[in-house]
Amino acid sequence: MIKLNNINKTYFGAQPLHVLKGINLDVEEGELVSIMGASGSGKSTLLNILGILDNYDEGDYYLAGQLVKNLSENQAAEFRNKLIGFIFQSFNLIPFKTALENVALPLFYQGVNRKKRNMMAMEYLERFGLKEWAEHYPNELSGGQKQRVSIARALVTSPKLILADEPTGALDSKTSAEVMQILREVNATGITMVIVTHERGIANLTRKIVHLKDGIIESIEENDPDKMDFTKEIK
Amino acid sequence: MFDIDSITEIWQTIARNKTRSLLTAFGVFWGIFILVILLACGNGFDKGLRSNIEGFSTNSAFLIPSNTTEAYKGYQKDRFWQPDMSDIEAIKKTLHGVSVVSPITSQWTYNGENNVFYGTKGGNFSMKGVLPNYNEIDRCKILYGRFINETDIAEARKVCVIGKKVYEDVIGTDKHPLGLMIKANGIYYQVVGVVQSYNDKVNINGQTNETVILPLTTMQVAYHTGDKFDFLMFTTARGYISKDVQEEVKTLLRERHDIAPTDEGAFMCFDFEEMFNMFEYLFLGIKILIWIVGIGTLLSGVVGVSNIMLVTIKERTREIGVRRALGAKPAVIIRQVMAESLLLTILAGIVGLVLGVGIMAVVSGFVNNTPSEDVMFLDPQIGFGAAIAATVIIVLSGLLAGVLPAMRAVQIKAIDAIREE
Ligand SMILES: Nc1ncnc2c1ncn2[C@@H]1O[C@H](COP(=O)(O)OP(=O)(O)OP(=O)(O)O)[C@@H](O)[C@H]1O
Ligand SMILES: [Mg+2]
Repeated sequence: MIKLNNINKTYFGAQPLHVLKGINLDVEEGELVSIMGASGSGKSTLLNILGILDNYDEGDYYLAGQLVKNLSENQAAEFRNKLIGFIFQSFNLIPFKTALENVALPLFYQGVNRKKRNMMAMEYLERFGLKEWAEHYPNELSGGQKQRVSIARALVTSPKLILADEPTGALDSKTSAEVMQILREVNATGITMVIVTHERGIANLTRKIVHLKDGIIESIEENDPDKMDFTKEIK
Repeated sequence: MFDIDSITEIWQTIARNKTRSLLTAFGVFWGIFILVILLACGNGFDKGLRSNIEGFSTNSAFLIPSNTTEAYKGYQKDRFWQPDMSDIEAIKKTLHGVSVVSPITSQWTYNGENNVFYGTKGGNFSMKGVLPNYNEIDRCKILYGRFINETDIAEARKVCVIGKKVYEDVIGTDKHPLGLMIKANGIYYQVVGVVQSYNDKVNINGQTNETVILPLTTMQVAYHTGDKFDFLMFTTARGYISKDVQEEVKTLLRERHDIAPTDEGAFMCFDFEEMFNMFEYLFLGIKILIWIVGIGTLLSGVVGVSNIMLVTIKERTREIGVRRALGAKPAVIIRQVMAESLLLTILAGIVGLVLGVGIMAVVSGFVNNTPSEDVMFLDPQIGFGAAIAATVIIVLSGLLAGVLPAMRAVQIKAIDAIREE
């Protein structure tokens, strides 16, 4: 699903900052991978490159067999819209749209008609137990509800890849566990998922843990989440 | 561009900040409103002033002989001279720049005493003798009967056409005027027509409404002037310049009456075309000024819309970034911002247009129903063409206002939404 060959990324700010120094990583279809590392190690940078939100300087990135390099804005938009679903730490729901409208938005950009769009959005909201909240605005929802709305939004286009940057970062431990449970269920349907986190408890719920340090992959740890004890809180 | 989905999208963003949208829209509303009011007022003045000369040929000039001011060919200076009918023939024959030439003889009113009578009723009016073609230069509305015709001229018939006021004062509107005999300066004439002037400002030896018009030949017989007359009017043919034609007429008259070629004092000339052209330029100037002021006001409205939308776009960085992350293509973002600007501007503009037109319709009704001696202001409304132009301008300003914000918006990348915290 994802193939990274020697990805390099430098931020040219006041001082050039070489953030990614040759990343090589393969993620198979249907995998659940987490990326861990200290603050500033380049986790978000890597995830943004995976999401074609940012570009890289050197190397090759293959997504679903296609080389992602020097794409036009339109091509990138199409990739993101069709292949990738994003889940953000701060939800990034549009405040003046209802939960339903937020979920339906990616379909709007696919040109799906209103009726079908709202039907599909409703389906996903229902799946995450948010049917009663469909007409509510984000500021009327709890953090967990917001994150579930944003998961619904990420899934509504049936993407092949879900990218989540600290999806539980703004949530308490109980809600985090719920959200992780949902993400694991989503992954179980065959959708590839990459989660950035700095919480060991979250990473432990994934099958593969990529440890990032100073811009290189320090180690890749295989993990069996089913051994974990879910009765315990994860934090 | 304006399907139901886009409208909803746009409306959400506009309605989200109602006060600001309203303030933004106000600039455009005000610009169009002012433009419409100004244009309507300009039209009002234009029509008002034009109404004063309605029916009068604006390409006409008239020429009044005056005593010579130079000695020439053995004649003393200060000699009295008068044009005659052979001059008219000569002008018709040789000067192609003259389209209508009309000799006129007139009888000034006698120091305010009544000179025109029907039975015992009388009034003080001026008289003039004209040819039928006078009605081609100073057109008037025939209320009864007809104007002077060729038979009247050929037979020097004792008939007259009277102005509306003469009819009202001397005969009285309770009587049918045709066929009645009125006495003017001691001679009886049969009334064959009653006329009303379209304008009430043009005054050629008396306003037409207050004149008794005779056939020129009748007048010449009555006052023993032979085939001479007092002054002449002419209109310039299409494609000729009135100033040149006027000079040609003067030259012809100088030759025929032994007047020195350099004698300018022997004629008094009024070139209406020149005067009207001045009016035209004045109106044109006013119109240009109005458009400049109106468009200027509108432009400041456009700048306002643009400016506030730029601020809005900045505030919406995160939202737009999220949209980009979710797959909105640049064109979609551009379209949305442009559409927002267009919708805001068009709504505001249409309100301004409708309100401006509405107010001026009320003012117009008021002005038109207020009788006044000096009409300066009439029917102050904008024409259909101007309304269409205003609408086009509204749309263009909407697009114009949207360009900068749209360019700014499309520069926002998905990554900006994620970074901005
Ligand atoms: N747009 C940018 N311009 C310049 N430097 C940047 C930019 N974005 C990130 N950086 C720098 O690159 C480094 C890696 O940033 P990144 O956000 O990838 O870290 P991270 O691993 O996600 O950290 P955290 O756990 O705190 O989120 C940091 O030192 C950061 O300051
Ligand atoms: Mg980060």
